[in-house]
Amino acid sequence: MSDASLTPRSIPDRLHSPFSRLLASWDLLLLLVAVAIFIANSLASPYFLNAWNLSDATFNFTEKAMIAFAMALLIIAGEIDLSVAAIIALVSTAMGAAASVGVGTPGLVAIALATGIACGAFNGLLVTRMGLPSIVVTIGTMSLFRGISYIVLGDGAYRDYPSDFSYFGQGYVFWVISFEFVLFALLAVAYYVLLHRTNFGRTVFAIGNNPTAAQFSGIRVARVKFILFLLTGVMSAVAAICLTSRLGSTRPSIGMGWELEVVTMVVLGGVSILGGAGSIPGVVIAAFVMGLLTFGLGLLNVPGIVMSIFIGLMLIGVIALPRLWKMWRK
Amino acid sequence: MSLLKSREALLGGAILLLLALIATRFPGFVAPDNLVRVFTDTSPLLILALGQTVVILTRCIDLSVAANLALTGMVCAMLNAAMPGVPIVMILCLAVSLGAVMGMVNGLLVWKLSIPSIVVTLGTMTIYRGIIFLISDGAWVNAHEMSEAFTGFPRASILGLPVLAWFGILAAAAMLLAINRTPLGRAFYAVGGNPHAAVYTGISVGRTQFWAFTLSGALAGLCGYLWVARYAVAYVDIAGGFELEVVAACVIGGISIAGGAGTVVGTILGALFLGIVKNALPVIDISPFWQMAISGTAIIVAVTLNNRNAKGKGRIILRRAQEQTTEGATA
Repeated sequence: MSDASLTPRSIPDRLHSPFSRLLASWDLLLLLVAVAIFIANSLASPYFLNAWNLSDATFNFTEKAMIAFAMALLIIAGEIDLSVAAIIALVSTAMGAAASVGVGTPGLVAIALATGIACGAFNGLLVTRMGLPSIVVTIGTMSLFRGISYIVLGDGAYRDYPSDFSYFGQGYVFWVISFEFVLFALLAVAYYVLLHRTNFGRTVFAIGNNPTAAQFSGIRVARVKFILFLLTGVMSAVAAICLTSRLGSTRPSIGMGWELEVVTMVVLGGVSILGGAGSIPGVVIAAFVMGLLTFGLGLLNVPGIVMSIFIGLMLIGVIALPRLWKMWRK
Repeated sequence: MSLLKSREALLGGAILLLLALIATRFPGFVAPDNLVRVFTDTSPLLILALGQTVVILTRCIDLSVAANLALTGMVCAMLNAAMPGVPIVMILCLAVSLGAVMGMVNGLLVWKLSIPSIVVTLGTMTIYRGIIFLISDGAWVNAHEMSEAFTGFPRASILGLPVLAWFGILAAAAMLLAINRTPLGRAFYAVGGNPHAAVYTGISVGRTQFWAFTLSGALAGLCGYLWVARYAVAYVDIAGGFELEVVAACVIGGISIAGGAGTVVGTILGALFLGIVKNALPVIDISPFWQMAISGTAIIVAVTLNNRNAKGKGRIILRRAQEQTTEGATA
């Protein structure tokens, strides 16, 4: 953490042609990796190349990717939210409690979004109003939010969701195209526009590169950061709706450890963990890479915990390899 | 006056108040032998928190301690199950060195490749947990597979205290000495307080962080054996999520996550505070499911209080500086 702050930030230059920049870009490299994994999967397992099967594979990453979009903005702005998985648990518990007293599907969605906003606002207030470091705040709220789920549920579970609630996680819009995948695609476009095509997106980059300079150039840093925490809360709620609907039940351990996979997805997508750089297309491709990899390993009967080794290696590898390459070239 | 205001005194007072409150309804809780039991139960948390303190002092964080503990514990348990004849001293050495090696891996990645510590340790956390599954095939090592000496060691009583408690006391004493009386201890504060200044005084920031991670890893390894032997079982998920409790103990003890500020005494009190809360919950008949939310709240309250103190100091310095500059302007 320290050495990076000792070196001046590299300033993006425009001396290279767009084509040569694309060739050297992280996104292209990632895309090649995705294609390679796709080919390897189809060679390794005869069951892989099947429309329904590929459709199933998307469930591996759509929910996590929804959170990753908001997390990408947050990390670009120089903050982080480790409580996202705990927000899923709390949102799911709130929905389960409401469903058990007979609240219908629209009511459940409203409750979920409200809970997500409340969690995001709590994180955001602690970080922006009290000026606390987001890592510690969200480690704290991670215990707090999931802790509340444990207090409410203990070792029990909520199962009685209305039947039309299952559409979010199990419904198909058209042929093999699931509702979740459509939502994922729409959100990807929305976040692309928000980050790369609006003033708001520009301020996010400005804050990540130099919060003090951003403040002095008239950006309301605290307000933008607060909005980003809200967005992360909302996206966690959306993911919670999809996940709860797909599983059809809520336990306090729901989505355990997802914060790690979401951060991995964001970092793999080329977002700088130090803030100030990154793109939504990168995160989208990273989502595909992680989803295809875990699904392919699953087809080969690799247990989930062994897959987490690959995810851990990937998280460190994607940051370490470029740095090793630079050192070796010197 | 400064002693009354210091956060160690405040935290100490809070602990005494907590004990007094519990004692009014459950006098048995503060009986000496129960307090020994509470301290023994808190020892692993204390030892891990001491290692974490050093890492946080150097502006890093080590989220892999619980996974390191679990992996070392599994290796020790499997070794004992396969070769019951190996003496405990050997197992202790193995645990400490295996833990230290895992800490070094974190340290090297942070030092040589300057990857942010939170990314490195999030990654190694899952990798170490995954390795437990690989070496054990998901199987448990149960009490009947372990030798008497292996499981008996942490419970053996010396001068009325179990060995586990003695390890906690020894680790605290050693860390007090190491941090307050050695060049490395000063380097931890220097690196966390101001890395630029530390470089100019001839301290290597990366190397200091490397040793911090090594220390944290070695202590996690030690806890690995103690934990598995005490509970007489080893499996993939032991001490799952414990790293958060460890960080909580440090933050409650006043270790600033921004580095360079906090004391070992603070960490000891922070760990004791959490330990007492955890052990008191079943006594005052609150479901253990409350534990998680309580430590989360404690982290948030503690970090808010820490920040209040820091803000006050900052403002005073600025006010003085402002007065001096305005005086200079008028003169």
